[in-house]
Amino acid sequence: MKASGTVFKYGDNVDTDVIIPARYLNSSDPKELAEHCMEDIDKEFVNKVKAGDFIVADKNFGCGSSREHAPIAIKAAGVSCVIAETFARIFYRNAINIGLPIIECPEAAKGIEAGDEVEVDFDSGIITNKTKGLTFQGQAFPEFMQKIIKSEGLINYINKKQ
Amino acid sequence: MGMTMTQKILAAAAGLSEVKAGQLIEADLDLVLGNDITSPVAIHEMDKFTADGVFHKDKIALVMDHFAPNKDIKSAQHCKCVREFAAKHEISNYFDVGEMGIEHALLPEQGLTVAGDVIIGADSHTCTYGALGAFSTGVGSTDMAAGMATGKAWFKVPSAIKFNVVGKPSKWVSGKDVILHIIGMIGVDGALYKSLEFVGEGIANLTMDDRFTIANMAIEAGAKNGIFPVDALAETYMKEHSQRAYKIYEADEDAEYDEEYTIDLATLKSTVAFPHLPENTKTIDEVGEVKIDQVVIGSCTNGRLDDLRIAAEVMKGKKVAKNIRCIVIPATQRIYLEAMEEGLLRTFIEAGAIVSTPTCGPCLGGYMGILAEGERCVSTTNRNFVGRMGHVESEVYLASPAVAAASAITGKISAPEEG
Repeated sequence: MKASGTVFKYGDNVDTDVIIPARYLNSSDPKELAEHCMEDIDKEFVNKVKAGDFIVADKNFGCGSSREHAPIAIKAAGVSCVIAETFARIFYRNAINIGLPIIECPEAAKGIEAGDEVEVDFDSGIITNKTKGLTFQGQAFPEFMQKIIKSEGLINYINKKQ
Repeated sequence: MGMTMTQKILAAAAGLSEVKAGQLIEADLDLVLGNDITSPVAIHEMDKFTADGVFHKDKIALVMDHFAPNKDIKSAQHCKCVREFAAKHEISNYFDVGEMGIEHALLPEQGLTVAGDVIIGADSHTCTYGALGAFSTGVGSTDMAAGMATGKAWFKVPSAIKFNVVGKPSKWVSGKDVILHIIGMIGVDGALYKSLEFVGEGIANLTMDDRFTIANMAIEAGAKNGIFPVDALAETYMKEHSQRAYKIYEADEDAEYDEEYTIDLATLKSTVAFPHLPENTKTIDEVGEVKIDQVVIGSCTNGRLDDLRIAAEVMKGKKVAKNIRCIVIPATQRIYLEAMEEGLLRTFIEAGAIVSTPTCGPCLGGYMGILAEGERCVSTTNRNFVGRMGHVESEVYLASPAVAAASAITGKISAPEEG
């Protein structure tokens, strides 16, 4: 499983309130949430993002609220994978549970800039910065996490197991 | 090697004699919680399950508190969705307008959370129940759905940071100042994936409401949970509020901790977190002149009776400064009633504050106190992220009820003595 696209780059402590502001949480429709994704930190994000693109950030991405609407909005906006130095723990669980691939890789977070073209191989965990000609070894997903992602989320995965 | 308090609770819930930090376990759940924002997403996920039904109708709590009483049509639809789900599955702990309160004040008050429990909630401040010696942690809606269906959740066993609490706090220093001090010290990711474990003789000098406030904001340091030992005060609280049997766990003497800190309550000062992170703390003497537009006293962090008593003590016989909006929100119906009977609500209203029905509303910029561009609010809530309480150019300063009340009187961030 591979993905490739352009990078949107952010800093430390990107919180769930900027990923999807609470004023939009009166909806749980992924399409509607995606229209406001990253709105309070990057107004242009939703206009520019294309299917397959990446979000790359520094420390503690997704801190704050437990709202699953945050990874749902990112996934529905077309983002194929989030790469960060570290993730907040609830966001990490939520992303896996809804089938949004995320990779902790401090080297990649440092070695990738906004606008870079990147490719990720989910089987090997290798992240390639095609713009700069650099590769990084991210953690490969354990098999069960790959299955959750391929099943489009935890519930479908549990159903398939039963 | 010994286990921390959290590890002991998780080992028991997983049916294991021992667990180690980093180990993946599947634990039985005593309670699964959701609110009007997170539950509809979970209910939608539940619909995908091939198996029907919930694991236990008495071990699920659904609280309509965030955008309730319904703030708009979409919120009304969400509450309706949860109401219908609760009726269909005969969920006994469904709390709607009239019975509801802010979930993390309500559930302990209703006796639904006791020592030794393993609790997940689709709300990040679920970690509050650690004040009673329970393991409780925030999760997302999918985990909530899986928990409601199966009564189980998987966890990575956390390591822990130990805080040895000593000393006695001075008059106006409360639990909020303790936890803001800690977050300022270790940072918003200082405890990522870890437990905060509090020990020490100083805990006896913290009220239950102080402890709820401290455990509540463990998440703001990135922690999985925050937990207190169960002492006589906690046992009295549980006996007064709950019929349920509780189980007391203690950390082993040789438990291993990643880091250890001593917190001397006697040296702490009133503490304020500046925008836009809870770690941007200053003690009250370092604040300088910060004029404000609004004050919010309430939330799952600081909407309990002690909080309202402190705020009323500061505001008694005084007036909220001209052009300052002061919003007081008792966290539950019972707290509202007790505050009324003690005369606290009269104090607030005579001072020129308003008193709202229980709701999370303003804390997350939902409703009941949204900020305009350039406005500043001193709030007893838990987050001051960009745009948290309204306009992206507004600012939230986190503080104790004492500081918030004093600031409402003076119109700028102030020490309780100045209010």
